[in-house]
Amino acid sequence: MAMASLDLMARPERMRGGLRPALIALLMLASILSVTTGAAGVSLAHVTADWITGKEIGLRERVVLFDIRLPRLAMAVMVGAALAVAGAVMQGLFRNPLADPGIVGVGAGAGLGAVASIVLGGMLPGALAATLGPHLVPVAAFLGAWAATLLLYRVASRAGRTSVATLLLAGIAMAAMAGALTGVLTYLADDQQLRDLTFWGMGSLAGASWSKLAVATGLIVPALILAPQLARGLNALALGEAAAAHMGTDVERLKRHCVLAVAALAGASVALAGGIGFVGIVVPHLLRLIAGPDHRRLLVDSALLGAALLVLADLIARLIVSPAEMPIGIVTAILGAPVFLWILLQRRSFGSL
Amino acid sequence: MLRISDLHLSLGRTKLLHGLDLDAHPGEITAILGPNGSGKSTLLRACAGELPYTGSIRLQGHEIAQTAPWRLAALRGVLEQSPSVAFPFTLRELVQLGLHAGIEAEQDEIVIAALAEVGLAGMADRPIHALSGGQQARAHLARVRAQIWRAQSHSGPRWLLLDEPMASLDIGHQMALVTILRRFADEGGGVVTVMHDLNLSAQIADRMVLMAEGQVVASGPPRAVMRDEILSAVYGCPLRVGVSPATLPWLVPAFV
Repeated sequence: MAMASLDLMARPERMRGGLRPALIALLMLASILSVTTGAAGVSLAHVTADWITGKEIGLRERVVLFDIRLPRLAMAVMVGAALAVAGAVMQGLFRNPLADPGIVGVGAGAGLGAVASIVLGGMLPGALAATLGPHLVPVAAFLGAWAATLLLYRVASRAGRTSVATLLLAGIAMAAMAGALTGVLTYLADDQQLRDLTFWGMGSLAGASWSKLAVATGLIVPALILAPQLARGLNALALGEAAAAHMGTDVERLKRHCVLAVAALAGASVALAGGIGFVGIVVPHLLRLIAGPDHRRLLVDSALLGAALLVLADLIARLIVSPAEMPIGIVTAILGAPVFLWILLQRRSFGSL
Repeated sequence: MLRISDLHLSLGRTKLLHGLDLDAHPGEITAILGPNGSGKSTLLRACAGELPYTGSIRLQGHEIAQTAPWRLAALRGVLEQSPSVAFPFTLRELVQLGLHAGIEAEQDEIVIAALAEVGLAGMADRPIHALSGGQQARAHLARVRAQIWRAQSHSGPRWLLLDEPMASLDIGHQMALVTILRRFADEGGGVVTVMHDLNLSAQIADRMVLMAEGQVVASGPPRAVMRDEILSAVYGCPLRVGVSPATLPWLVPAFV
């Protein structure tokens, strides 16, 4: 009996093999659904049929598809992948499955950076402002997220071990501080800046455009490509900083790279889409349940599932109150917050908080 | 060999080691003993490269503080006192972490053999959190063994540094561990282990090192170190040494 129940706990190798293709299929399916669904009533079936039979695609269809739905899809994919990978890297860095950029104040730091760049951007030397151009907001968000992650690691982590309590409390304090500073900046802002702030703050994926996407891609794509390089180090770090070093990991370098990756991914996501919570927690947690915590799989799978999940969440946000739409952050929070609580309860029952 | 000379180490304002000298040789099991707070674990962690120090710790000629982590990882494995794993890795994944760190060609056989050596054969796909404390301790031992599977490499002997490895093991697994360490030393590797049990150490160690207040008080073969006056002074209570059935020195209560 005891043997049989223990054997249920073993994760069969075959479950993992099928996971990657399934995630790719899910992402493709979600993408097709997303492109073919919308308030304008343009159906992909029609357009594809026209395209195959060589008929001219109407201007309206073309605008809806190529200027509205495709950039929106691309943005959902990009932001979803970025948020999920940022979560996975951060959880590896803090050795804690509850670390998420949105929850522990990194998103607030990125927001502060973005707001500061909108309000104070005019005070930058002309040459610098000209060089940065449209990159100013994402770069500022990246810097804000970077500072927040560094500060958080200093405060909440001791010899590579982080207690959930300290992490969450430090996150609350940082979010409060960033929120207060953002408030001060809002007071300082003039009318035009307030307009910009309001539009930026609405975030969501509604304002998707190719140009906006191109700007943030410069941060997200390199970070997504480099993140899997951190996998082996993060695996070792799961045993603590000392043991990771014993196994040959350059721990200080690994930590620096992780902080940079989290800041780039979370910062650019916030700059693109505002605050979207819980993707970074739910996605890696589900994947760990299915295929185990090995970061060599987890980081890539997180990018795929995060992208698919955000595309689907965006679809729900667009459909549920159609033809209007709900901010996507509400959808991810409704789906994600219960999962967060569930993880918390599970850990509490193990007495390991 | 492991050569430590004039080693000083402080954490904050607390001085933990004061001018410590010690040699440990490959082919031998060196047991480090002493009262609580005498600096045993600190010494081991310094040798592992965890703590900044002044003075010199040379392992096979490499000054620890100036050697890259990956080079050290090929030269020595370290079994920490109470390792914890943040995520539910399977035993296979855990042992692979060690394997990737060492210089062994990455073979699945080593993972299986290392698990078998510690009595966890057939459990490779279990998550570590589902195991008992003693089983977890053995799994970590398997990880360290996979990292330093062969006792020698082309560049010389390799080392195992262990911090109280017997702590959570029952007598059967203690004997199994002793066998593993003995074989590793006999194959030419070096073993340095912090121990708590004087009697067990006297039976298995080639060299015993007694520490008190951050210094080495006595070191040598068990017969030289296990003496009434030395032990009584170091531990601050009357102690008497008898002889074990194997004619090795054996600590008995002073009133016997």
